[in-house]
Amino acid sequence: MTVTINSPIGDDAGRGAVMDMAIETRGLVKRYGSTTALDGLDLTVKTGEIHGFLGPNGAGKSTTVRILLGLLRVDAGEAHLLGGDPWHDAVALHRRLAYVPGDVNLWPTLTGGEAIDLLASLRCGVDPRLRDEMIERFQLDPRKRCSSYSKGNRQKVAIVAAFASDVELYLLDEPTSGLDPLMETVFQDVVKERVGQGRTALLSSHILAEAEALCDRVSIIREGQIVETGTLDDMRHLTRTSIHVRTERPLTGMSRLAGVHDFEAHHDGGAFEVDSEHLGAALAHLTTFGVLDLESTPPTLEDLFLRHYGDELAALSGNGGANGGTSGSGAKRGRRR
Amino acid sequence: MSAWTGTSRLVRLALRRDRIVLPIWLVSICVLILAVVSAETGIYRDEEQRASGAAFGAANIVTRIFDGPASGTSLGAMSIVEGYLVLAIFVALMAGQAVVRHTRLEEETGRAELIGSSVVGRQARLTAALIVGVGASLIVGVGATVVLLAYGLPVGGSIAAGVSFTGVGVAFAAFAAVAAQLAVSQRGANGLVGLALGASFLLRSVGDALGHVAPGGVKLVSSWPSWLSPLGWGQQIRPYGEDHWDVALLFVGLAVVGVGGAFGLAARRDLGAGLLRDRPGPATATPGLLSSMGLAWRLQRTALLAWTVGMIAVGVPFGAVGDSANDFADSAPEFVATLERMYPGASLVDVFAAFMIGFLGVGAAGYTVQALLRMRAEEASGRLEPVLATAVGRRSWLAGHSLITAVGTCVVLGAMGLAATLGYWIASGDLGTGLGATGAGLVQIPAALALGAFVLVAFAFTPRWAPTLAWAGLATCLVVGQLGEMLELPQWALNVSPFTHAPAIPAEPFAALPLFILLVCAAGLAAVAGLRFRRRDLAIAA
Repeated sequence: MTVTINSPIGDDAGRGAVMDMAIETRGLVKRYGSTTALDGLDLTVKTGEIHGFLGPNGAGKSTTVRILLGLLRVDAGEAHLLGGDPWHDAVALHRRLAYVPGDVNLWPTLTGGEAIDLLASLRCGVDPRLRDEMIERFQLDPRKRCSSYSKGNRQKVAIVAAFASDVELYLLDEPTSGLDPLMETVFQDVVKERVGQGRTALLSSHILAEAEALCDRVSIIREGQIVETGTLDDMRHLTRTSIHVRTERPLTGMSRLAGVHDFEAHHDGGAFEVDSEHLGAALAHLTTFGVLDLESTPPTLEDLFLRHYGDELAALSGNGGANGGTSGSGAKRGRRR
Repeated sequence: MSAWTGTSRLVRLALRRDRIVLPIWLVSICVLILAVVSAETGIYRDEEQRASGAAFGAANIVTRIFDGPASGTSLGAMSIVEGYLVLAIFVALMAGQAVVRHTRLEEETGRAELIGSSVVGRQARLTAALIVGVGASLIVGVGATVVLLAYGLPVGGSIAAGVSFTGVGVAFAAFAAVAAQLAVSQRGANGLVGLALGASFLLRSVGDALGHVAPGGVKLVSSWPSWLSPLGWGQQIRPYGEDHWDVALLFVGLAVVGVGGAFGLAARRDLGAGLLRDRPGPATATPGLLSSMGLAWRLQRTALLAWTVGMIAVGVPFGAVGDSANDFADSAPEFVATLERMYPGASLVDVFAAFMIGFLGVGAAGYTVQALLRMRAEEASGRLEPVLATAVGRRSWLAGHSLITAVGTCVVLGAMGLAATLGYWIASGDLGTGLGATGAGLVQIPAALALGAFVLVAFAFTPRWAPTLAWAGLATCLVVGQLGEMLELPQWALNVSPFTHAPAIPAEPFAALPLFILLVCAAGLAAVAGLRFRRRDLAIAA
């Protein structure tokens, strides 16, 4: 479930203080020839939070992160990172942040340990204690050549190199691709620890379970725009809860209730979905039939996500396609609408 | 399902992937054969001149090492002797790299796993790679024969020449098949093939150096080490001289042993595994590595060392042969007359040194190009991205690689010049004249740096095209700049090459102004490149 942090910034309503925002972009546009990668992207990440940046491959997540790193120039819009301009203040800002790319390429002739020391010292100097602790926790053999590491181990090198420095902001671009579930758990622990110490993390991902486990707030990106942003709780309020109920007497009149959808009558009860604001009225109606057992499932992140990608999914399902790349291996199966 | 199921499909896949690279190799090699024969026709006008050229080649230790055994005075025989080693090395690289590309590289990238999970036999991949490598060698042999026949050379010798090229290709395809089982990476496997090629070259150069001149003075009988080398076998076929067809059986024998060994190894090992393993390295970095410059040096030092050693190895014999310039003048008067027209009033030894070292200098600038393109390789592979995401600025990263390349260029060209001086000194005992070669090497430095600045501009403005533009630039310098005068190209074309503007020491007096202008141009271009690189997007993936 969501980790709640007592953030000093209560509301979004701008107090204008840029430093409360670790990342703030307005109307970012990035074009590659005729294709538009980012189409007016507004993203805000508050200082001290883990912000999930969700979307399928090709939605513009990596492009956004590379702009925030000053590796790409924007065609329009503005970006602020730790109170500075990511393009002009790149070197100064980079001392205060660490980056884990999703596709880690390393120098084949260097060992993992050398690559970690190198990347951490080029940033702001290596803390040998932190470095050794991270190597230990991620169970990495630092004496192997980078050319002989598997994808998961190359990913670990980048993660260890990033967390071997204590910096203000962690930019994590699909950081756990290729990690096994144990290492995934270690990764989540490390991120939570750092954010608990007041650091900020932007976690781009298409693994919804990971985002659900870690993030305070999430932004969903689609075709280069943010289509939804907020805390998971806020977003749940906007959606429906699934109810499975067993009753003494057969249910009647359910479909006439406001906010109830997809009602299915069973011989000993039924299943339906209900808009969050009508949940109370629906429960009151149920009690008149003698409730024996009731199971309520709040919407998962996948449900929230599919609200924005449902049309693509429908198009894919028509061809017997899978889930449109919207859910990762560990994603929970929610009931879809 | 047999161990060979699916071979023909894999051959088609390999040919589809190689549809650009193999034709380039094949056409280049055939064009080069044509160029060698027509150059020989130009250098030696008649039988008498060829006889003195062959006698020079048989007697001179440097030509024995770099050309191989002289095999008579016919135009065909002399052309093959002159061009064989370079051509055979190209054929060996083409065939060997093709086999590695379709075996070890496939395993390294994991593509073999995908293929292996489908209806494909255990030995199908190796078989398909060998069919492609051996097939390309056969086509090169046929192409060589056709080109030589078209030039009007005798049928028997032309076929023998084709066989000598095909044989080397087949031999190194077999070496590559074994190397692909031993090494765990494409780099490692190609390195092993390169090692076998180097050993072959060394063995036959020792054998030819220790050989003796046959009666008649135009033919060299090689000593036994030449017979241990596949490159040597190709030469011992002696096309147009004697056409020893039975030597080709040695290639067949080696191919059978090599391919059999490779299949044996492949059947006994796991997918992705090799027989040579990496040793564990240091767990922490030394302080020297921990800066942008330190990383650049780590990435660049091997290439610098290899080029320095290589240019010394080539420079010494080039210097030593300078002492024989006057003997050479008797064997190729036309060529020497052209050289003397280029530098009127200079001594023949100086003219020869200026021309040879000038030529070597452009070759050594290959180091400059290769070292600077390392930056593009870093960017394209995605390794630059995490570096620039640290507190390393683009300017200092670019400056680090550029500085190392500039200093490295001075080292490579200086070492080449000194080596040539040393070679001349050993051969003639005259150090004073030999020092001209050092000067000839040093004046190339500003020109090489100007070429380097062009590479920087290409990298900054058109990153994806930088390798193509950079190598095309070097080729232009080599062809237009160094050979342009002989090809009688107009002066404006010659002026395109920065090397044209360096004084031809020791045949011409030293002149500081052109060198200064070259340095200013290099600095200006480098500054423009630096400004542009700071403003452009990173271009990841080629």
